[in-house]
Amino acid sequence: MTEVTELTRPQGEAIDTKEVLLNLGPQHPSTHGVLRLVLELDGEYVSRVDPHIGYLHRGTEKLAESFTYTQIFPLTDRLDYVCPPSNNLAFALAVEKLLGIEAPIRAQYIRVLMAELARISGHLLITGALPMDLGAMTALLYAMREREMIMDLLEMVSGARMHTSFCRVGGVREDLPDGFFSKIREFCDIFPNRIRDYERLLENNRVFLKRTQGIGVISAEDGIDLGLSGPNLRASGVDWDIRRDEPYEIYDRLDFKVITRDEGDCYARWQCRVEEMRESVRIIEQCLDQMPEGPFQIDMPTIAFPVDKERVHCSMEALIQHFDLSAYGFNVPKGEVYSAIEAPKGELGFYIISDGSPKPFRMKVRAPSFVNLQALFGVTNAHYLADMIAVLGSLDPVMAEVDK
Amino acid sequence: MSAETSLIRTLITERFGGAIEELGFSHGVHAFASPPDKIVELCRYLKEHPALRFDFLSDICGVDHHPEAPRYEAVYHLYSLPNKWRVRIKCRLGDPPRVPSVTGVWRTANWHEREAWDMYGIRFEGHPDLRRIYMWEGFEGFPQRKDFPLRGYKDELNPFGAEGTPPTQPDLATKDIP
Repeated sequence: MTEVTELTRPQGEAIDTKEVLLNLGPQHPSTHGVLRLVLELDGEYVSRVDPHIGYLHRGTEKLAESFTYTQIFPLTDRLDYVCPPSNNLAFALAVEKLLGIEAPIRAQYIRVLMAELARISGHLLITGALPMDLGAMTALLYAMREREMIMDLLEMVSGARMHTSFCRVGGVREDLPDGFFSKIREFCDIFPNRIRDYERLLENNRVFLKRTQGIGVISAEDGIDLGLSGPNLRASGVDWDIRRDEPYEIYDRLDFKVITRDEGDCYARWQCRVEEMRESVRIIEQCLDQMPEGPFQIDMPTIAFPVDKERVHCSMEALIQHFDLSAYGFNVPKGEVYSAIEAPKGELGFYIISDGSPKPFRMKVRAPSFVNLQALFGVTNAHYLADMIAVLGSLDPVMAEVDK
Repeated sequence: MSAETSLIRTLITERFGGAIEELGFSHGVHAFASPPDKIVELCRYLKEHPALRFDFLSDICGVDHHPEAPRYEAVYHLYSLPNKWRVRIKCRLGDPPRVPSVTGVWRTANWHEREAWDMYGIRFEGHPDLRRIYMWEGFEGFPQRKDFPLRGYKDELNPFGAEGTPPTQPDLATKDIP
């Protein structure tokens, strides 16, 4: 809380009260990044919230207009930095739709596997951070321990712990490394018990329940009106999951439950995420069981680097194409596409207008955190300042994605 | 796919006649072009019609087609939760770009419109609080317009920016918006 300005406004006759304008953030641990909230306080009650965002604005959309499609992947990593593989996937799908191609089945399985790992990683962070905001530090430390296992897996696959940039248009960058399967199976065996541990730690914790149950209730109608998506909307009883309702990649071959809750409060949002981690583990196990052999990258030398690198060393044409692809990129047919996936935070959409050149004419990111954060306005019964922290935590905004 | 397309098309033509132009179906989205003055009515109709129920506003996006004319465009992406259909409404705008706000139809439009105003200078008339959202108050110009340099304009804080000054925006103040 950086700076306090006081506005005097006499109220009533017996006691003089005044409304206080309070700046929360932009440097405050419970704002999950650089969010600044200007709060109008009436005692301890919050009478108005005005979120100020943009402290992390990097102009991703403007930058993308000067990058080739392959160069944009690292930019998408930096949107929701807690779960980059999902962002990569959303962007790759949008470009593939414009090109009219589909990645090979093995690549689709790898992508889904990575996206679900990312979902667990994102949900772990918030299921740990929400209790921490409310004073229960332990959960976060345990969550970080498990998140470290996911980081190791991501590093094993892509070489990077956070900004994986592992997807490519038409597939993924490389095949899965040796020893990955045994490592991830180990994770899948351990993790469900660990989820049970978090639940046991918190579901009977009276302080945590008091501070989340019945707090920040959002009705289904309000949620839709405010544009909430993902677990935030499902916690209000809206049974909508893009993975099931508009299946992309190989989600139609997988069996998973869409978790909903009816309460719409902070606790329901927390519970939804915990349950979704269980489902993600099931999805990962199915991916491992079903994953076919085959290429990890589409065989189109104009779009993707050749799977067989030897060709580049032996054939002049392949070398030229390889060079051309690196230096110039590839042309994407004229047209426009809106493609949305179920990212951990909600509906992550990429709207791309192509003018036929190797760079997008316009790329718009429909960032779920940006829209979810707006719901702070719509939360009616979060009366106290302390409750607002709980609501903010339960909405799970990642400021890098809000600010793009 | 074709059945839903023809249903949406028939219902829109029934209500709006030739004012709404159909742009076809591609990549899972039905696209329509609307004149700016029909946009609120069209959105409300799509949202409230019992057979369509496009109750979820996914996104509002500003586009700058510089140097084409009309130069600007506001693109709306709607989703129907009960029917699982997607619709795109494109609305070409002249210079200076003005379009009625749909905040009365969906509250979520608020920040989307503030973003389009901030980045493209599209004025959403009737918006309750049309301030810049990403850039700071007092910032000049609209950074995502095609004629705004990628590195910004040169000043004491930005030695790598392009020479020149942002085009003056006499109507930048949001207060005079009706």
